[in-house]
Amino acid sequence: MNFHTWNPVILTLVTFIPLAGALLLLLLPRRDRDIRVFSLVISLFTFVLSLHLPVHFHRAQAGFQYEIDRAWIPIPNIHYHLGVDGISMWLVVLTTFLTPLCVLISWKSIDERVKEFFIILLVLETALIGVFVALDLFVFYFFWEATLIPMALLIGMYGHGRKVYAAVKFFMYTMIASVFMLAAILWLYAKVGTFDFVTIQNAIRAGQVGGFASAAQWLFLGFFIAFAVKVPLFPFHTWLPDAHVEAPTAGSVLLAGVLLKMGTYGLLRFNLGLFPEQARANAWWVMILALIGIIYGALVALVQPNMKKLIAYSSISHLGFVVLGIFSFTQAGLDGATYVMLAHGVSTGALFMLAGALYERRHTYEISEYGGLASSMPVYATFFLFVVLASVGLPLLNGFVGEFLVLSGAFQARAVYGILGATGVIWSAGYLLWMYQRVFYGKITKPVNETLPDLDLRERIALLPAMAAALVMGVAPLLWLNAISPAVQTALAPFAQLASKVVGQ
Amino acid sequence: MMTTGAAVIQIMPQGAEYIRILPEIVLSVFGMIIMVLDPLVDERATQKVLGGIALLGSLAAIAATLYQAQFPGFGFWGMVKVDGFSIFFHFLVTAITAVVILSSFEYMAVQRIRAGEYYGLILLGAVGMCLMSSAVELVLIFIALEISSISTYVLAGFRRRAAISSEASLKYFLLGSFATAFFLYGVALMFGATGSTSFSVIGQVLRSGQIPLLAYAGVALMFVGLGFKVAAAPFHVWTPDVYEGAPAPVVGFMSTAPKAAVFAVLLRVMFESNAPGRVGLIWVAAALSMTLGNVGALVQQNVKRLLAYSSIAHAGYLLVAFASLPDNGIPAAMFYTASYAAMNVGAFAVVSHIAGAGERYVTLDDYAGLGRRSPLLAATLTIFLLSLIGIPMTGGFFAKFYVFSAALQANLIGLTIIGVLNSAVGAYYYLRIIVVMYMREAREEIPAAPVSPALGAALAISVAATLYLGLLPGRVLEFASRSAAELLH
Repeated sequence: MNFHTWNPVILTLVTFIPLAGALLLLLLPRRDRDIRVFSLVISLFTFVLSLHLPVHFHRAQAGFQYEIDRAWIPIPNIHYHLGVDGISMWLVVLTTFLTPLCVLISWKSIDERVKEFFIILLVLETALIGVFVALDLFVFYFFWEATLIPMALLIGMYGHGRKVYAAVKFFMYTMIASVFMLAAILWLYAKVGTFDFVTIQNAIRAGQVGGFASAAQWLFLGFFIAFAVKVPLFPFHTWLPDAHVEAPTAGSVLLAGVLLKMGTYGLLRFNLGLFPEQARANAWWVMILALIGIIYGALVALVQPNMKKLIAYSSISHLGFVVLGIFSFTQAGLDGATYVMLAHGVSTGALFMLAGALYERRHTYEISEYGGLASSMPVYATFFLFVVLASVGLPLLNGFVGEFLVLSGAFQARAVYGILGATGVIWSAGYLLWMYQRVFYGKITKPVNETLPDLDLRERIALLPAMAAALVMGVAPLLWLNAISPAVQTALAPFAQLASKVVGQ
Repeated sequence: MMTTGAAVIQIMPQGAEYIRILPEIVLSVFGMIIMVLDPLVDERATQKVLGGIALLGSLAAIAATLYQAQFPGFGFWGMVKVDGFSIFFHFLVTAITAVVILSSFEYMAVQRIRAGEYYGLILLGAVGMCLMSSAVELVLIFIALEISSISTYVLAGFRRRAAISSEASLKYFLLGSFATAFFLYGVALMFGATGSTSFSVIGQVLRSGQIPLLAYAGVALMFVGLGFKVAAAPFHVWTPDVYEGAPAPVVGFMSTAPKAAVFAVLLRVMFESNAPGRVGLIWVAAALSMTLGNVGALVQQNVKRLLAYSSIAHAGYLLVAFASLPDNGIPAAMFYTASYAAMNVGAFAVVSHIAGAGERYVTLDDYAGLGRRSPLLAATLTIFLLSLIGIPMTGGFFAKFYVFSAALQANLIGLTIIGVLNSAVGAYYYLRIIVVMYMREAREEIPAAPVSPALGAALAISVAATLYLGLLPGRVLEFASRSAAELLH
């Protein structure tokens, strides 16, 4: 069978098979076991299918691949335009990789309204993939907003504690921020007459957009605010800890693993892609916000008594690295930023799964409730240590490569950024290892903890792929980077021209 | 076969001219049949028989509208004009009528209301609304407006054993007649300013350069009257009380069909007659309606009141299109009326089902646990609410989208930002209903009555329309654009 013939339709298939699966689930009778198995099959199938993307990707070639461009709605001129480059392709694979693990990890913990849960999960997967593959600004916005509802429902229906508050806060924060992006998109459409990303980009570069010079700063900010809330960048981060703490495990995994990357991906693709001059002009304060995020997130993580909140704040810190890398406008910085996105998705996803496994046993995330677990749950402790080390950035595991690249990019941009950013690595070792020590070492203080069952087979199956990915990403980063680098070069092309223009003057 | 202005004047109406009011004739005939049959049929059978006849009448009116589309042109001494624009609104009004009738069967049975005049009044009201969209002469418009208003005044008080319903009816009647007087006064001033009550002449005079001061006053007064009918701020104060008291299906009807018709009139007044002072007037009303509507809705506990405030806000979004340029403002407004009708009729159909006997369950708390109690109904309402928020894939999204892009093309950046921010605020209270339905447990046991087939059909039609407009808006918008171009010649 010649798989190349699939190229034009592969993105459509990968995007919509989860949705089709969700629709089929609607028809399935409410037998929880069947529903779980069916969702697992669908999400695994999507993952296998999505592997077509890296396998048949032309790595040396820049620009978008697997493109499909069909007219969808004549007025306004909306095209069903999908395509991926080396950056978005890996984010798609990350999404399809994490979803089956989410299904596995939710196997037992979701025991009521099971059918609805998996329907929502699969719809969410479609929306997330759609965000990364859309090349028409309208289609992008469509998927961007479409991620909101399933995520809010996951938190609000299946979360714990103040779940409704967290769901509404999440929804309102992102919704309000994205209307600014919508306004900017509408402005671009009014001037260019199309939503097509590539066409708009070319029109802007050729200087054919009337009134662009005066509006550009506002457009940059319109896009920026939507993405900054999603990342979340300090000071727009306050929704994240609430959402994470109250969300069910699968929700947290997708939230930290993929949803946050929508923000950094957007910054890279749209803020840098469409407004390079404004990106450069605004870089200084964005970098400062990113640094504040790195350090502030780490410091707050250090003092969290709640395990999940700690991981949530560590995400703020890690995502700060991504923004730092993106706005360094260097090859290493952007390569690293993309790599941190992927690595953080895998290792933080795994951390949330591990925390969730503990919650299923004890129904609390308080660190003080635990201690000495290493003796009662040895396998769990080993897995946890591995993931913590990956997240901390131990060489030969996935966290290291990206952070190293980002920091070297930041040094090139300005040494002080690199130095301040580097402290974040130290902090992260501090809060994660300290948490590890408090949870696993020492004597068992609570009698209930003595008899906690270790990880069962299902949980191990859910965790092992993530750990394997963390190892491979640490040992052989080139597998990923040789697709990422050409895409980054393209993204940086206008910046090189910009620099030479400045030098020329 | 467009008739020119000069050839319009003739002694007796020709055959084709009757076709140009065919939907109105059909609706009147069916309305009167119902009125006559009402005392003759057995009380227990009225529901089925008269409701069935009414449904048949509305379907016949839809058919008549489609047939009429082949006979564009003027009729009745240039007072009526059939064009793409009027066909669009005829179809909309008759379709809303059909869906509302479908969703009334169950409600009327549950509330134990004798059905006869109810269906008759809906059909006769629809006559006025249809006529409003095809009348091109201000006096005829006034008459059509009255026909539609009077029947809605009565319909609002149809739960006559409930004091709140009578209050709604009386309030609506008193304030409504006051507002209509304003409209009439505006018509008189316009006649004084331009020497005609026909849009084509008024348009010619107002385009010819010198705009008399009286015309400004005329437009402003007409806007007061029409603004009242569409519940635009600052003429919106009646809305929450009336919507709260009136029977739920009637609210679904009167928040969509007469509104669509009045917006049609307003489009003709503002664009076809080239009204002076349009942008400033509309700008203020739109900004006020959006803001007051959304802020008011934030604190409501009663779902009907909440939707009343939401309808004020939506009137505001719609008015944004009126401040834009005609080429894209008119189609945007037309699309908005259609998609608003789809989602609002649907939402009120759900509300009328949940309300139960005597409309007992209309507060937010009564919706708690609906996601568990009746998942399908909750999912349906969720779709309508998401559309009201303006989430992609629903008609409400494209409606807002077209309106705001029209505004941006007219460089109304301030108004667009107010609108966009408002739609974010609006998300909060619609979301609250969804949150309550899915994420809160019911405090008391509320019986989950099965959804009757007729109501199910009404909901299915509304959902289908909402999703159709959200996924494939192209054809509807294209039709609207074409008829707008026709309207402007």
